[in-house]
Amino acid sequence: MSERTANGMDIDYVAQLARIGLTPAERAKFQGQLEAILGAMRKLDELELEGIEPTAHAMPVHNVWREDRAREWDVKDAALRNAPARMQDSIQVPKIVDTSG
Amino acid sequence: MRDVSTAIRGGELSCREAVEALLERIERFDGRINAYLDTTAEAALARADAMDRGARGEGRLWGVPIGIKDVIAVEGAPCRCGSRMLDRFLSPYDGTVVRKLKDAGSIPMGRLNMDEFAMGSTNENSGFGPVCNPWDPAYVSGGSSGGSAAAVASGMAYGALGSDTGGSIRQPASLCGVVGLKPTYGRVSRFGLVAYASSLDQIGPITRDVTDAALLFDVICGHDPQDATSLQRQTPATSAGLEGGVKGMRIGLPREYFAAGLDPEVEAAVRRGVETLQGLGAEVEEVSLPHTEYAVATYYILATAEASANLARFDGVRYGHRCSEPEDVTDLYFRSRAEGFGSEVKRRIILGTYVLSSGYYDAYYLRAQKARTLIRRDFEKAFERVDLLAAAVSPTPAYALGACVDDPLQMYLGDILTVPMNLAGNCGISVPCGLTAGGLPIGLQLMGPPFAEAELLRAARAFEAETPWHRKQPDMAVLEQRSAEGA
Repeated sequence: MSERTANGMDIDYVAQLARIGLTPAERAKFQGQLEAILGAMRKLDELELEGIEPTAHAMPVHNVWREDRAREWDVKDAALRNAPARMQDSIQVPKIVDTSG
Repeated sequence: MRDVSTAIRGGELSCREAVEALLERIERFDGRINAYLDTTAEAALARADAMDRGARGEGRLWGVPIGIKDVIAVEGAPCRCGSRMLDRFLSPYDGTVVRKLKDAGSIPMGRLNMDEFAMGSTNENSGFGPVCNPWDPAYVSGGSSGGSAAAVASGMAYGALGSDTGGSIRQPASLCGVVGLKPTYGRVSRFGLVAYASSLDQIGPITRDVTDAALLFDVICGHDPQDATSLQRQTPATSAGLEGGVKGMRIGLPREYFAAGLDPEVEAAVRRGVETLQGLGAEVEEVSLPHTEYAVATYYILATAEASANLARFDGVRYGHRCSEPEDVTDLYFRSRAEGFGSEVKRRIILGTYVLSSGYYDAYYLRAQKARTLIRRDFEKAFERVDLLAAAVSPTPAYALGACVDDPLQMYLGDILTVPMNLAGNCGISVPCGLTAGGLPIGLQLMGPPFAEAELLRAARAFEAETPWHRKQPDMAVLEQRSAEGA
């Protein structure tokens, strides 16, 4: 098991993973708050959990299939209206592939 | 809600008048409460007029406006989820619950304020200002469905829909003195509900009394092929057996729910409530849910993990806030999310990302999933002995506004009496059971095993019929006066 002291969280790295930019003020504020929260979460270390099955869903349902049939679902225009930038029927985004060489 | 329905059926009230009566009240009081982010007045009046012109329908909620929490999609209406991230978003379609309301003749009306993306227990995390408690606007409404609870409590809605992931229907209902039902996970379709923690989220009614809650639940529940977690099993309408009483019903008091930290006034009111049920013929015994003390940690690991995945969709690409002039797509993600999300949402996404990240998954996420199994088994064992459980909803009455803003852990710990049930997938209800000396409402929580909504509502109705609390209302004249004074 990896090292996991409550204050071992590298907030910059995790914010990077989460794709959230933090201001220095937020970073400072969250660090202490998250340490306290993670400390409280370590309460679970008290439990003996060997051999206990994990629960992902309280009411699991399996193999949910719908009939493979096309149906009317014309919300394209309404959905596209929510796009922050669009060109005709497409959503505009900044260039993804760097072609500068 | 029923009175309005009866008046419309009897021709004493038009659908338009039902909508206008609410709009007038919202105009008068909501400046002080902030329950509505948008009244959607134009759409509601248009629907009301169309209904008034046509033949009177048979739907159970014909002409009755129902308030909708801002996290549930209503076609053409804003759906901001209490977040600046979705400031200009308009829903392209109706959620299944909204379609069912419309099929029953109801008029979905308004967008009710909430903690941003349903993350919070005080409604102070809304991107559009907190919701104030109608009983005393210096106190919080509770959350995350605070707008729904406050609107119903102050007569600005006849009934409303909320959503409950860790107590977000029951807790604000308790703090605002109204009825809030959290159905069994999977009983109500979540299609059209913006996801927070998908293995826990559930939509339910917030109403003035239990009979209305049963009626609204009967309208919105049922299997939906568009929600893969929706359950197939059908049960009879809960409204039918509502007056059956509690004679012979076995009610358990979980020892751990009456532990230290429970406010004495809350405990006294809840115990009096249990005595009332006993007086009506229920058999009461103490039971134990030994893993209760692990529930908050378990919940906040699992809920934030699920949230970090669910909220990855808000990336500034397809909808929602986009930062200005992004340099590249990475810059677009980072700045759009930094600008669009509020503090609590950022905290939870970071926490959830952490507990799922390589090296920490086993230590946090997997452990929490296993602890969830133990919590679920506690309930299964208890429900072998008793039909329902009774406890408080919130360990304290409403906090003063601002009391918890910089201490998220303190706020999380206040969820101890509501989150265990979500982890287990059970159903539960909050019914008004008293007022503090300071005049703030207290709720009695009844909890049942999966699919026990009928028994739950029957017990809640028996309690309500015997007590005056659901008829008590906040003094809106005082509120209006304070409003006028600019207090």
